[in-house]
Amino acid sequence: MPECGCTIARRRKVVSSSLEELSLTADVLIVGGGMAGAWAATSAAQAGAKVVLADKAYCGTSGVTAAAGPGHWWVPPDPPAARDAAVANRIDAGLGLGEAEWMYRILDQTWRTLPTLARYYKFGVDDEGRVNHRAVRGPEYMRALRQEVLSHGVTILDHSPVLELLARSDGSIGGARGLRRQDGGRSYWVEAGAVVLAAGGTSFLSHLLGSHTNTGDGYLMAAEAGAEMSGMEFTAAYTIAPAHSTMTRSMAYSFATYYDAEGRQLDLPFGPDQTIHLARALQRGPVYCSLHRLPDDIKARLHTISPNVPLVFDRWGIDPYRDRFEVTLHNDGTIRGIGGVRVHDTDGATSVRGLFVAGDNASREKVAGAISGGGNVNSAWALSSGVFAGRAATRVARSAARRVERLRPLGRAGLRPGGRPQTVDVAAIRSSVRAEMHPFDKNLFRTGPGLAASSRVIDDLWRDVAEHGHAGTLALREAAALVATARWSVATAAARNESRGLHRREDFPAQDPGLAARLLSGGLDRIRVSLDRPSPATRPDQLEAAS
Amino acid sequence: MIELVVEERCTDCGACIEVCPANVLEPGRAGLPVLARVEDCQTCFMCELYCRADAIYVAPDCDRRVAVTEAEVLASGRLGQYRKHSGWDEWAERFPNEQWLMETVFRRAGEAAAKAKAERLAAAKE
Repeated sequence: MPECGCTIARRRKVVSSSLEELSLTADVLIVGGGMAGAWAATSAAQAGAKVVLADKAYCGTSGVTAAAGPGHWWVPPDPPAARDAAVANRIDAGLGLGEAEWMYRILDQTWRTLPTLARYYKFGVDDEGRVNHRAVRGPEYMRALRQEVLSHGVTILDHSPVLELLARSDGSIGGARGLRRQDGGRSYWVEAGAVVLAAGGTSFLSHLLGSHTNTGDGYLMAAEAGAEMSGMEFTAAYTIAPAHSTMTRSMAYSFATYYDAEGRQLDLPFGPDQTIHLARALQRGPVYCSLHRLPDDIKARLHTISPNVPLVFDRWGIDPYRDRFEVTLHNDGTIRGIGGVRVHDTDGATSVRGLFVAGDNASREKVAGAISGGGNVNSAWALSSGVFAGRAATRVARSAARRVERLRPLGRAGLRPGGRPQTVDVAAIRSSVRAEMHPFDKNLFRTGPGLAASSRVIDDLWRDVAEHGHAGTLALREAAALVATARWSVATAAARNESRGLHRREDFPAQDPGLAARLLSGGLDRIRVSLDRPSPATRPDQLEAAS
Repeated sequence: MIELVVEERCTDCGACIEVCPANVLEPGRAGLPVLARVEDCQTCFMCELYCRADAIYVAPDCDRRVAVTEAEVLASGRLGQYRKHSGWDEWAERFPNEQWLMETVFRRAGEAAAKAKAERLAAAKE
């Protein structure tokens, strides 16, 4: 690898493999090379850290930003009233879960940092000649971020999924272990002063564009280290796509017209409730769509706005401006949803020393509230939380007295079974998780009994993988992470006996003022759900213990 | 899902193997990358974007295989279309990145929806 300027600190023998383990040391290890991970690596390196970034796939194409086109929540500081208004609107929309101070901080960091990418990204210039920094195209953005990361001397390990975190004797996190999947599955081990988890969220294997490798691995690793989740009930965002496609880029649909199977036009006006109405219509039968109302000047430029959108229609021989095509909704899980590892401050610190989180790996409730962060708030969060976490991890790595000590691997489910090792059917686990987390009647229009039934199914899956799974393969670990994430989601949804934002309960359609608060979840074999108290000095109240 | 790598165009540069986020491809013995794990393909089209030889065809279908032949995709003129419209490599000057128009589209849609709603309300009052 020409870009690998790494120092191989020491080598250790691996039993049952002729290949020696790759062993590296770093001040900061970044897990995940999507938008948040790349910004975290850049900021840590700029702060003087020696950085290793390990990506499951290829830093530059992996993660949900890469195939999409994120707009950033972007409000210049002048006039100050504009930011006040943007934050006030978001606080209102967030239904009690957003925090103004966090919003101001990410707005400011995003505004300062994004233009620094101009060395490698050619920001668009609008028809009036003004540079637009807000809206970027995913493939070019992530290609530029890779160049930026490499320019700071960061060591990138591509196709190197992290399997588990490593802890010091005091419980703090001091590295991670993974495998080099394009190097014969060779094992690697990184010892680091601090670790930033930027491994993304999960769509539970829906066909949300670019999300296939996002299996919630970072959540599972954080939980094994002792961190808790927040907002995991908010997994009911869905995005439109042409049926049988991954193309969940929704811009053109803002002008869509919908029809049922008999050709009758459906009344689905563009707006915040459109997805709900579309889901109801899809429960009744197939829904068809036409984009004939898209303004002609936009039709003419769609291929230079979002080149992958017209590509899908073109290859099917469909004229979306004349023909009607079938549409579907893909679940966005925690990606356009907002749950993740609970962060204690905007610097991404978790409750576990030495462990930081950024991007979709972290809960976005404090900046997005109870509704989806969509593309823009989530993008601003991914960027700024990456910057904050990279800096904070560098400070911790510097201050930590680095003793030579044996690190303890923390991985359990799928790596070290709790009971008798047995073959586990990974394909069956994957399809069972999908069957609980995707259907509208289970995850979008929720009910207490429905959630209880899902919980029984997913608990059995967890027992199977945690008790018996021992192969230590990537696929098995991913399956364990999917199941763990689904369990926190379902358990928290069952505890929130109300409807708020992305979380809808058919049996509790109103908001409960007593639940205008965040819900924490955690645990592995036993799931805990509790109310996050406003004051950090107060212990979380036990709300419900499931399974 | 990725359906084929056109043999006569592939230069065996290895870019598709390196950039595929789902690790679908493997180096082949005869010089052509092998579609080793098509079932893992996430239909993101990234391999096409990074293929400077325009040798890869990804069908838009993410949940079923589509039978296509090299002759068909060569005749379709669609090889390299994504890279071209994205203004990558040699296309940089001809196809500008107009992603910034996205927010204009959403704004106009919001305005159109508000206007339609106002018209409906006015009609209901009459």
